[in-house]
Amino acid sequence: MSPAEDAVRQRSDRNGWLLVTPALVVLALAAILPLLVMLVYSFLAPGDFGNVEWEFSTDGWTSILFQRDIFDGTLSLADAHLTIFWRSLWLSTVTTLLAFVIGFPTAWFIATRPVQQRPIWLFLVTLPFWTNLLIRTFAILEVIRSEGLINSALMGLGVIEEPIQMLYTDGAVLVGMAYVYLPLMVLPLYAAIDRFDMRMLEAAYDLYASRWQALRRIVLPIVKPGIVAGSILVFVPSLGAYVTPRVLGGGKNMMIGNFIELQFGQGRNWPLGAALSMTLLIIVTIALLFYVRAANRPRADHG
Amino acid sequence: MAERFAINRLPGFTTIAVLAFLALYIPIITLVFFSFNAGKTVMGWDGFSLQWYAVAWGNVAVQEAAWRSVVIAFWATLIATTVATMAALGTTRRRPFRGQTAVYVAINQPLMVPEIVTAVALLIVFAWVKVQSGYQGLGYLILAHAAFCIPFAYLPIRARLEGMDLSLETAAADLYATPWQTFRRVTLPLLAPGIVAGAMLAFITSLDDVVITEFVKSAGQDTLPTYMLGQLRRGVTPEVNAISTALLGLTVVILTAFFLLTRERR
Amino acid sequence: MAGEVTISARNVVKAFGQGAGAVRALDDVSVDIRQGEFFTLLGPSGCGKTTLLRLIAGFEMPTEGTILLDGTDISTLPPNRRPVNTVFQSYALFPHLTVAQNIAFGLEMLGKPGAEVKARTAAMLALVKLEAMATRKTSQLSGGQQQRVALARALAPQPKVLLLDEPLSALDLKLRKEMQIELKRLQLETGITFIFVTHDQEEALTMSDRIAVMSAGKIQQVGTAKEIYIHPKNRFVASFIGETNFLTGTAEAGALRLATGDRIDVPGMTPGGTVTVCVRPEQLRLGPAEDGAIKARVRTLVYFGTDTHCHLALSDGTEIVARLQSPASGDAGLAEGQEVGVTFAPGAVQRVED
Repeated sequence: MSPAEDAVRQRSDRNGWLLVTPALVVLALAAILPLLVMLVYSFLAPGDFGNVEWEFSTDGWTSILFQRDIFDGTLSLADAHLTIFWRSLWLSTVTTLLAFVIGFPTAWFIATRPVQQRPIWLFLVTLPFWTNLLIRTFAILEVIRSEGLINSALMGLGVIEEPIQMLYTDGAVLVGMAYVYLPLMVLPLYAAIDRFDMRMLEAAYDLYASRWQALRRIVLPIVKPGIVAGSILVFVPSLGAYVTPRVLGGGKNMMIGNFIELQFGQGRNWPLGAALSMTLLIIVTIALLFYVRAANRPRADHG
Repeated sequence: MAERFAINRLPGFTTIAVLAFLALYIPIITLVFFSFNAGKTVMGWDGFSLQWYAVAWGNVAVQEAAWRSVVIAFWATLIATTVATMAALGTTRRRPFRGQTAVYVAINQPLMVPEIVTAVALLIVFAWVKVQSGYQGLGYLILAHAAFCIPFAYLPIRARLEGMDLSLETAAADLYATPWQTFRRVTLPLLAPGIVAGAMLAFITSLDDVVITEFVKSAGQDTLPTYMLGQLRRGVTPEVNAISTALLGLTVVILTAFFLLTRERR
Repeated sequence: MAGEVTISARNVVKAFGQGAGAVRALDDVSVDIRQGEFFTLLGPSGCGKTTLLRLIAGFEMPTEGTILLDGTDISTLPPNRRPVNTVFQSYALFPHLTVAQNIAFGLEMLGKPGAEVKARTAAMLALVKLEAMATRKTSQLSGGQQQRVALARALAPQPKVLLLDEPLSALDLKLRKEMQIELKRLQLETGITFIFVTHDQEEALTMSDRIAVMSAGKIQQVGTAKEIYIHPKNRFVASFIGETNFLTGTAEAGALRLATGDRIDVPGMTPGGTVTVCVRPEQLRLGPAEDGAIKARVRTLVYFGTDTHCHLALSDGTEIVARLQSPASGDAGLAEGQEVGVTFAPGAVQRVED
């Protein structure tokens, strides 16, 4: 390589770095370094009034799953914690399934509209996504609370005498999360179905497939990357949800997010909160790595 | 006459889709509808009234929170859009430099890490900084917002850049433009719609944030969303409905503009 | 004034990539381009012609060798400091500027006074006959009009050399013919050196003063259209430009002996070794199979309107083609399977390197 070529290349690389540096500084200060500090905090001892004592301790990590008996110091499984983990995983999984069952037909519907109509339908899906999460959660609250839309309507029709208690249940959190995260399922599914060549359906029907067989044997395998993407996009924020369970689940039906907050509030156990946050981060990272692997897997391309 | 065999119709899909769209919009419409209710509950319609807007407008706490939201969103958008534009210029249309993948991961990090995790991490760090420096102002919120707005600003700008014809800048250089003149006269004007689109998304994202704000703010630094969350103890008041509707209106306006802006280039 | 060298490439090498994966897009290329000539770089895609153009423009830098402009080394000068302008294959018109603003761009960058910019822009608009379109956005123009704007924009700063990178490839056939004439007119009117890149041999033959035929990163031959067509230096040039027949045999004094035993007169041939010659199909004469002619059998006849192509097989199976002008009746007077004798027009047989 000639010195001139070399100089051009080096200048290009240097400019690249110079241009990304300001963004990296902002991100380092307010997104990346704090995570490292938190990792350190998870190995310290809790202070009496919140914050930490600067002495090494693994209690933060062990107390994620175990509790120490106050009298004899033996460890036993912390049932309350396990319940919260279990509820978080369970609710997130069911939310993802629910969003898929509703989202797939919706995405299919949009992808099969005439071309000039599609942007309007997509806009209708995107609008709620960009609307304040809190406002959407409040909107669900309006519908399901005791004096809300559903109870008022049912009582008005004389179907029920007393309002049904829907708010502050796991079901409320589930419905709320499915509602809030549905657009995240629809958009990648739409992108995948939009690329799907409808002539393959013609071929399937031509070869005697029923509609159900064509869907299961042809459509679903081909749009699988979209399904994986949508599922991860719903599952990850569900697992870390904070606002929706707080508003719709009340104080009792906590998820991991609320449990973390508790450690920094009344719980006054910052190391446990930090360790819980790291655990959540690890689970999310595993899910994302799974997604990256699924997305990058070479597949027979048809286009 | 026999009906034509519709290739892409799957049984029940249209029904589910229509129900899904209704389910998406009925709660929001209900919320908007009852913000104009003269009565105090959603039990019944007591006639049209703007009184809850008047109540919210007259509430000093709401005024302050609204102003604070706008100030934070303005500065966060300015910072995020500037650094994201530079980052987009640095990561597209050139030979990838060593470590570029790590830069992508860093830029998209706020989209991947759960908000609650970032929120408590910032709480830990800023609590310490606040004690050490004695500074309690809005700077912490602006910095935190700027960071999580970066990917939202970055993505549309990068998309615009990647769709841009590289030979345009080559042509400018060929016609005696210096690198800076090329940037000023060709790259920037062509990139402008992408930058505006990115700024819009960043602004909405900052305006909507609850979780990180809730953990980072000092006492008396409520934004509109955290104010609304704080009001929840009293149930959803028609006043909160009115604030929600106003925010919703703002989002719809910005988002419509965004779509018109990004669609025009086909 | 013609005859002075304007652009000179000396032993230019351009490699892309590094190490084992490196590709030599240009492999030791040397060429002199003279002041005021219409010079064409002709070759198939991937032959390095566009790379050479980009090196002259300054969009790339040579890995080895130098590029001289009027005797000065400009190899490492950035494009904005070279008095050389380009007409891009995609035109690269600035979509946010009007036609007039596009044309004025280079002049403004050079810091010319406003009055001069205005006057030259107007003159350029007149030169390409687009006065009526001055305030239009470039997206509102047809392909041919965009092409004219691109030309006017590149000519406006009065460069020493104008580089044209396959500028006609996006146009339909009729428009392309018109623009070929237009380009030639512009070149004569402005007197600027044009370096034109194309893969279309007909375009190259009709427009150029001189042509450089390129292949595999090397210049195979430089010459006028006639030189290249009549005296192709090697097999590649002979087959890339027009159609041709290759015949291989043993060299004898003043002749070539084919494997069939037939003897072809080749003036100046010296004995020794295997030699290839080429003959254009239109230089073949068909007559009765008699002494002095090479015996061949007619395989197929293909009627092309003005010509009839006659595919022939020699006695050893070698296939050759003769292009015969169609007579008024359309009937060439030949039948498939017929025995004929092939002779060549004087001077039509050219020795080529492999």
